[in-house]
Amino acid sequence: MKKTFSFMLVLIVALTLVLSACGANKENEGGAGTNKDEDAVVSDETGKDFKIGMVTDVGGVNDKSFNQSAWEGLKKVTAETSAQTKYLESKGDADMEPNLNSFVKEGYSLTWGIGFLFFDAMTKVAAENPDAKLAVIDSVVEAPNVASVTFAEHEGSYLVGVVAGLMTKTNKIGFVGGMDIPVIKRFEAGFKAGVAAVKPDAKVEVNYTGDFGKPDLGKLAAATMYDAGVDIIFHAAGGTGNGVFNEAIDRKKNGADIWVIGVDKDQSLEFGDEVTLTSMMKGVETAVHKVTKDLIAGNWAGGTVQELGLKDNAVGLPETSSKNVPADILAKVEEYKQKIVSGEIKVPTE
Amino acid sequence: MDRSLAAVQLKGITKRFPGLVANDSINFELKKGEIHALLGENGAGKSTLMNILFGLYQPDEGEIWVNGEKTVIEGAAKAIELGIGMVHQHFKLVQPFTVAENIVLGNEPVKGLKIDYKLANEKVRSISERYGLKVDPQIRIKDITVGMQQRVEILKTLYRGAEIVIFDEPTAVLTVQEIEELIEIIRNLAAEGKSIIIITHKLKEVMALADTVTVIRRGKVVKTVTTDETSEQQLAELMVGRDVSFQVEKTKREPGEVVLSVDALQMKGEQGKNALNGVTFNVRAGEIVGIAGVDGNGQSELIYGITGMRSVSGGSVKLNGQDLTNRTPREVSVAGVGHIPEDRHKHGLVLDFTLSENMILGSYFEPEFGRSGLIDYKAMDRLAVKLVDEFDVRTSGIHTNARALSGGNQQKAIIARELHKEPDLLIAVQPTRGLDIGAIEYVHKRLVQARNEGKAILLVSFELDELYALSDRIAVMYEGRLMGEVDAENRDDQQLGLMMAGNKSAAAVPRERG
Amino acid sequence: MKTLNKVFNKSSILVPGVAILLGLIVGAIAMLAGGYNPIVAYYSLLDKLFSSPYNIGEAIRAITPLIFTGIAVAFAFRTGLFNIGVEGQFIMGMTGATLVGVTLDLPWYIHAPLAVITGAVFGGVWAAIAGFLKATRGVNEVISSIMLNWIALFLSNYIVATFLVEKGQQKSRPVHESALLTIDWLIELMDKARMHWGTFIAIICIVVFYVLLWRTKQGYELRAVGHNPDAALYAGMNVNRTIVKSMFISGLFAGLGGVFEILGVFGYQTVMAASWGYGFDGIAVALLGGNTPVGVLLGAILFGGLNYGSTGMSFGAGVPSEVVRIVIGSVIFFVASHGLVKWFLKPFLNKRASKRKEAV
Repeated sequence: MKKTFSFMLVLIVALTLVLSACGANKENEGGAGTNKDEDAVVSDETGKDFKIGMVTDVGGVNDKSFNQSAWEGLKKVTAETSAQTKYLESKGDADMEPNLNSFVKEGYSLTWGIGFLFFDAMTKVAAENPDAKLAVIDSVVEAPNVASVTFAEHEGSYLVGVVAGLMTKTNKIGFVGGMDIPVIKRFEAGFKAGVAAVKPDAKVEVNYTGDFGKPDLGKLAAATMYDAGVDIIFHAAGGTGNGVFNEAIDRKKNGADIWVIGVDKDQSLEFGDEVTLTSMMKGVETAVHKVTKDLIAGNWAGGTVQELGLKDNAVGLPETSSKNVPADILAKVEEYKQKIVSGEIKVPTE
Repeated sequence: MDRSLAAVQLKGITKRFPGLVANDSINFELKKGEIHALLGENGAGKSTLMNILFGLYQPDEGEIWVNGEKTVIEGAAKAIELGIGMVHQHFKLVQPFTVAENIVLGNEPVKGLKIDYKLANEKVRSISERYGLKVDPQIRIKDITVGMQQRVEILKTLYRGAEIVIFDEPTAVLTVQEIEELIEIIRNLAAEGKSIIIITHKLKEVMALADTVTVIRRGKVVKTVTTDETSEQQLAELMVGRDVSFQVEKTKREPGEVVLSVDALQMKGEQGKNALNGVTFNVRAGEIVGIAGVDGNGQSELIYGITGMRSVSGGSVKLNGQDLTNRTPREVSVAGVGHIPEDRHKHGLVLDFTLSENMILGSYFEPEFGRSGLIDYKAMDRLAVKLVDEFDVRTSGIHTNARALSGGNQQKAIIARELHKEPDLLIAVQPTRGLDIGAIEYVHKRLVQARNEGKAILLVSFELDELYALSDRIAVMYEGRLMGEVDAENRDDQQLGLMMAGNKSAAAVPRERG
Repeated sequence: MKTLNKVFNKSSILVPGVAILLGLIVGAIAMLAGGYNPIVAYYSLLDKLFSSPYNIGEAIRAITPLIFTGIAVAFAFRTGLFNIGVEGQFIMGMTGATLVGVTLDLPWYIHAPLAVITGAVFGGVWAAIAGFLKATRGVNEVISSIMLNWIALFLSNYIVATFLVEKGQQKSRPVHESALLTIDWLIELMDKARMHWGTFIAIICIVVFYVLLWRTKQGYELRAVGHNPDAALYAGMNVNRTIVKSMFISGLFAGLGGVFEILGVFGYQTVMAASWGYGFDGIAVALLGGNTPVGVLLGAILFGGLNYGSTGMSFGAGVPSEVVRIVIGSVIFFVASHGLVKWFLKPFLNKRASKRKEAV
């Protein structure tokens, strides 16, 4: 009895491994690991002696979020300069350090760590390998050989807050966060400030699901909010946010008048503009592309911290927003944007 | 009906398993309408032979003839087609189904696409009436007794048109009354022209029931005789291969001091019913007190209560005057109680432990097996070697897993262990269940020997013969009470039977003798 | 039957060897189907594992927690319990170690041992809860320990986020130097790979696992209860207490695994979005190793080695992680399916056996 049971168990473990692999997104199949991008961009071959590495966090390279954006940035670099690019996925926190080292010890010209979780691993690897060049997204590592890139998420969130505030009919707006951490807090704070600027009496309900990879939790949180009369939800919850979209799509089919505001990328491309009001785009792709190309061009940004915000066009609304957001509101958004860039409005971060 | 015609002939059947010849050129003939017993000890090859006849095994050599025609039985389906039915020792019934549903299973009468239950019930009723197998077709299997379930198995074979019925150890699970009824049923079947094979190792039943006996020992036919021209004694010797004494040498002996005294013991059972309802008795040094009764009348609970394996709700247990009521099993054991449990696989042994490890099951904590918290394996093995030798436990070694031992040798190992503790009181519950004659003889001898050495022995058994042979006094248990006591020597079978059935008036016998 | 068994026992090295080979072959087919070169991939795997002191060291670092969780599962299994809550006990072990490591300030010879013991006891107590529920209320330990996994995750997130958090971060303050159990000379020797005392403790735990279960009276009780609780009761053992004890010890092993991830590898604890999976991998390791001490060690090496080396397949041969998982999955599948491999080997083994007979 027991033997059969344990055998079955191992079988299940093994099958899960295989099946999870089969079920995984195969979008990147052609170029997995190495980049064989065939975009019809004429390469100037300036980067053919450069090898660029990138390490993802546990989300993996197909996370439809910043890991994927970053990889797209590198793919663009390859297309333009013939630089060799390669990525490794981390299976857990403990993997990040050896993964970074894999590139560093192979003598890569630049190694990216994508996400705030890389702080410690990056700090350590940078100290141990002073000759290596490293770059990190969403975190600040103070080392002469690390380029740190962060974003003013609060500024972009302020703008989508303005959109939400002007478009809500129920005066109830929702915010679904991933984990209750400083980065996401910045999203919340900016968003709330934006809403308050245009519709002081609107109420913003906040729910932190505690996870970036649990669409079921996102769906649940969205359902609760919509039931309570919320008509627009802004999510900053990575994969958990996919659940928010799912719930919205279901309700939209039944005629409900509700919206979702996406995050990181233009999520209307993924989930359709029937439910996606707009998105708070974060220019991870732009940033990765820029820092990498600068390196190839001879302008290594080591030791610097770049906070990219509205003025760099690194956060903001996608052009597709005009589909669902009326022009007068977009004009208002543009107005607020200028005020932030000029420093007239100071967006809070917490 | 021509009785001289053979229903089944097996000629020179040989079946080998790796490292073992289970059947060695066996010749066997079953005449039409006869009851033929296949007698042999556990592992002699009876079941293998019948599984060959029923198509579950293929013989390596030899021929099978059924009704005068040579045939190959490649599976149970073919066997059924040839009119062979088998009543297995472990029933193969669907518990939540009704009797009729079980009987017609796999061969249901249909009306359109639906099973015609009315017709099924009708058919079952007519067969059961014809063979005197009274059973209600519409009752569910889980609600009927084991004896009834066996009838359903028999009906199943008859429904499928069996002319030859094989019974595998049919009485192993039955009560005394049920055995009598079964014997009647089998006789009826034979009278109706069915040919019957009974696989058994019980001599009494063979003599009472069979026309012919084929004795098998170690895969070979020793002899085929008719029951008219043989005796229990002779069959036993053929089966075991040497002289066997049934009568245990037991001299009369004046018992000594009271060792165990149980007073008004009560225990809660399931569903608010009391499992024990004030049981009072005692056992003295140098006597064997037997507890008789039909299974399930509180015997197991009584023993659990005495040994501390389950807590009692009232009354007291004393050993040599020391109060042991609701003590832990270890305290009871250390106080001087040895216990040969009812189920040697469930309680008596850890089957996946080595024989050696099993020998210290109740005494591993004693300092002689290590003082520092580590087990002194050498001391353990020394004890095992000594006991294996002294009690003649047949094993390939003391480091063999207990699981690999035969039932008889497992039981010997338990007895060796429990007697080695030099207990004042030895409790033996069903000590010979499932053992063959040689082993039974040995167990009985050991128990009497312990009694003669002055130990108090409490024996629980469902086999009256065993109680008669061993006990000095017999107490009868019924529904958690003792119905009374009888002197083993001057007993009255009739009276004992009535007491076991719960007849109070029969129990007008003195209780207290100690 | 007996002779067959003998042959198989003699080929106890052959069978797992062939199993790994079969798994690699199936993996190779999967890679070929996806258009990747399996030879390069396998070369990269080995290269990743053995090419440099750093990689050897990091592979050992990856294997170490699996030894702990493997023992934890195997120990419980040997005593008749299915501890599926190793994950949670691992997390509690981490939390215990972090609490002591971050909040206290003691000399190293007290601080480090105290952190280790606290973490281990946290894990043990966490497991003992499931044992206690089973012993007193008959709650199936599989269900309760799965539930406790979640409670452990959120409880330790709460503890870290509330009491230990480093301002502006989602992780604890760093553990004091005095509590860290890294081995600096070995780290230098292994080219900065994260080496720590946990690996040696893990080996000691393997020995403890063996001695405790098979050499002590305590272990005799634990195994007896595991194999046959009825017989254990009959033999005068306290079955309920033994169940709690057994879960506690299993949890100790799991907790130790977590302790060394904190004190040896990270030096801080993060607020975790999900548990790391070492506990569940421990189940696979224990079953791969047949719940034997040496088996668990080998199972952990196989599982951890494959996991760590698989990065090499992505790096060196461009095999995507999905396909790498198929390869790992098939190796585990075949190693676990002893029966299948034996069946596959049967004709070969029989021939060999008969030849040997002829030779005699």
